[in-house]
Amino acid sequence: MIYRFLDGLGRYFLFLGEVFHKPEHWREYSKSFFKEIELLIFSSIGLVAFISVFMGAVLTIQTAINLGDPFVPDSYIAIAVREGIILEFAPTIVSLILAGKVGSNIASTLGTMRVTEQMDALRVMGINPASYLVLPKLFACLIFNPILIVFSMALGLVGGYYAGDLLGLVNTEIYLTGYFDDFDPFFVVYSLTKTFVFAFIIATVSSFFGYNVEGGAVEVGKASTKSVVTMSFSIILFNYILTDLLLQ
Amino acid sequence: MIRVQGLQKSFGEQRVLRGIDVDFHEGQCNLIIGLSGSGKTVFLKSILGLHATDEGSISFDGRILGEMSKKEVKALRQEMGMVFQGSALFNSMTIEDNVRLPLDFFSQMTPEEKAERVRFCLDRVRIAPEAFTKTPAELSGGMQKRVAIARAIVLNPKYLFCDEPNSGLDPETAIVIDQLIHEITHEFGMTTVINTHDMNSVLEIGDHVVLLEKGKKAWEGTMDQVLQSDDSAVVDYVFRSNLFKKVRVALKNV
Repeated sequence: MIYRFLDGLGRYFLFLGEVFHKPEHWREYSKSFFKEIELLIFSSIGLVAFISVFMGAVLTIQTAINLGDPFVPDSYIAIAVREGIILEFAPTIVSLILAGKVGSNIASTLGTMRVTEQMDALRVMGINPASYLVLPKLFACLIFNPILIVFSMALGLVGGYYAGDLLGLVNTEIYLTGYFDDFDPFFVVYSLTKTFVFAFIIATVSSFFGYNVEGGAVEVGKASTKSVVTMSFSIILFNYILTDLLLQ
Repeated sequence: MIRVQGLQKSFGEQRVLRGIDVDFHEGQCNLIIGLSGSGKTVFLKSILGLHATDEGSISFDGRILGEMSKKEVKALRQEMGMVFQGSALFNSMTIEDNVRLPLDFFSQMTPEEKAERVRFCLDRVRIAPEAFTKTPAELSGGMQKRVAIARAIVLNPKYLFCDEPNSGLDPETAIVIDQLIHEITHEFGMTTVINTHDMNSVLEIGDHVVLLEKGKKAWEGTMDQVLQSDDSAVVDYVFRSNLFKKVRVALKNV
């Protein structure tokens, strides 16, 4: 098992070596980059928005119920919701969801291209398939995932505010002041650093599994599943490592 | 000319190619035939450099593939065109974009010149302009093969490779594809290497036919020699079907 893990890790780094080859033609890569933004990022906005609003709402309800004490001001509930969303829910949970949506898309797309010989076609043309197919996806994720996460944070906070208001759980004026009390901007930096690492994991791990598919449609499906499992595992692990490194 | 000498290739314990020597000449359709599992596809992919070989050499007009720098291999690739068994067109692109991709990467043409070249190639393979903006999924198998041929010839290659270009096509479309490859080969003076199972192709366009058996070259000759041959490998492979048995008897009687 350790041998298999090390072998896989070695192949992953060799794959990254191929991906980071100097592009043959920057303009073609940039065209592909804009397509990937549409395919991977814009198509995820609705899902991220939906999850974020309800995540914020649920967090407010749970915190309000658990801190339902007349001696605890509503601004404390807001602070707890804010920290929960910024530190953990937006970067980690949304990244896990993106690993499922975007990652499986990347793995199955590349896997299908592998089994239908489209990658061989690129290689015969003299185009490096790893670089041409993966680099635009990687840059799209690295640049736009943090933007999606900031968007998710904002919507989470909005969702929390409106849930508290609609259900009459909090005094909205006091609650709102809590969102700005003792705000530490480093938490956003920490959160975006995590997102950046998670975006790298999502783009490269899913590409690695898709790129190395051998066989047919069944293997493409298996690779997609394996990639989601590996990404989830890696995100959770790196979440712990980065939290330990950045917040201690 | 493509010269293959002593080509050997194994996957683990399994020896797929067991020392193949063959020359493919310019302006000819060179057909590789053989049973499934005889090593045809591995042989073709080895010539293309998609599989690293264990032993032997492959040279393209005197340039030995294994001794070339990465830059030289990249330049050589621009002299190659390949038609894959499943066409291998990019589903996310239109037909026009598929054919233009090699030009975008490797030519110094202006956008107008590229558009002109794409139109010429698609016209050459008889694709109607209405189909230019369609995606591969919207085309029939035969049309996809023709688009794949257009993409393969767009950079004016010296060497054209086709892996079972007729597979999955009806007999009429298969003949059209064969004739197209044959015409293009002679028109542009290319060295064409085709993997096929289709005996009709052998008899229609086989300027030079190579029979592979268990990873070895079992026989080579022209399409006329195929029908006349008494070689046991040819007789076993070609005259397995009753139709060709009858053709052979008829020819012997003539």
